[in-house]
Amino acid sequence: MKGELKELKLTVNGKPYEFKVKPQTLLVDLLRQELKLTGTKIGCLDSACGACTVNIDGKAVRSCSVLALQVNNREVITIEGVADGDKLHPIQEAMIEHGAIECGFCTPGMVMSAKALLNENPNPTREEVREAIQGNLCADEGYVKYIEAIEIAAEKVRGGQ
Amino acid sequence: MIADFEYFDPKTVREALSLLSQYKDAKIIAGGQSLLVVLKQRLLAPEYLIDIKGISALDYINYDESKGLRIGALTLHRTIEKSPVIQKHFRVLSEMERNVATIQTRNWGTIGGNLCHGDPAGDPAPVLIALNANLKLASSAGERIISMEKFSKDYLEVDLKSGEMLIEIQVPTPPAHTGTAYEKLMVMKGDMGIVGAAVSVTLSGKDGVCQDARIALGSAASVPLRASEAEKKLVGKVPSDSLLIEASEAAAAETDPPVDVHGSSEYRREMVKVFVRRVAQMALEKAKAA
Repeated sequence: MKGELKELKLTVNGKPYEFKVKPQTLLVDLLRQELKLTGTKIGCLDSACGACTVNIDGKAVRSCSVLALQVNNREVITIEGVADGDKLHPIQEAMIEHGAIECGFCTPGMVMSAKALLNENPNPTREEVREAIQGNLCADEGYVKYIEAIEIAAEKVRGGQ
Repeated sequence: MIADFEYFDPKTVREALSLLSQYKDAKIIAGGQSLLVVLKQRLLAPEYLIDIKGISALDYINYDESKGLRIGALTLHRTIEKSPVIQKHFRVLSEMERNVATIQTRNWGTIGGNLCHGDPAGDPAPVLIALNANLKLASSAGERIISMEKFSKDYLEVDLKSGEMLIEIQVPTPPAHTGTAYEKLMVMKGDMGIVGAAVSVTLSGKDGVCQDARIALGSAASVPLRASEAEKKLVGKVPSDSLLIEASEAAAAETDPPVDVHGSSEYRREMVKVFVRRVAQMALEKAKAA
């Protein structure tokens, strides 16, 4: 039936959840409204800005452009799941230390794109770093610091392994 | 924001086809990277949405020299970009994918979804036309094959009949001494092309005469456009600079470009000239090296 609620099972930041959702619910709305994970930002809601980037099964994806039901049985990581308890992830540490913060609105998305990059490639070239955050707009034009911070983080990640 | 619809998520092609024959007005969603935009804007408000992204049997890349390349309709853009087989045998497809939107979009969006959306600014269609690709469509009545070139009907309209879905993209192995290239004019990397050009040329191994040429353009008409007159300028001759200019002018004359904030029709026509010439040169260099 039209508008009928559908069951959805997924893991968010390591925790399993079950929901009943309207089929048109976007992943970003599930995260922000149902789970109150408001670290994931809505900039454009139109797949243009990248502020809502999360990781689905380890890959960077825009949560405004995915139906929540399409994430059934998958694993989502949001900005809230990046740190290990109180211990920040090397990407977060590097961004703070290097001043790659600006107003902060695009930062969660930047972190999630960077995390997906380092998941598959802990030794990226500068070009690969640039490409990884190409889909994340920063209204303050803070790109250079982000790129440098991600390179510093990659080094930290490699050193830790 | 998005209107209510009834949602189905078949796990097999057979199940999807049976739903499609049952619900004639259904819309298919794959990765939804184009469709969700249209649904959010309420340009479409389907009664039924059939989500095929979970049909894992349509996510594959197979290559065999005699049969060529077979790509399942639900293969991600990112998978095509990164595929070692495609990088080795159909490099132009990987090169094209690198500029399809952003990594986030390529990580969720599928090649089949892109083609069925039918946007004349889309990147895969012109490249697949240049590569002489076919599409395999299925319905509960059976399967049919249609050339990529014939698939596009009009702006956002493709030749999918009620109850039909795209299941496979078939790319033949190009003849020896063939080079294919694609470039588009972008404001920012990953943008929709203001214009795009895909060129494939096959040269004679003996005297360098152009034996076959296929030229396809993006954002140059209401469909991905094959520039047949431009191709005729090249076939049977040894390509030279002046011949490429002639071909690029012929291509521009065949276009009926859209107008938007990125460019007037006149501007696009000029850019078609620039890009056909530039991309043909790239294709020639690849053909000579092949």
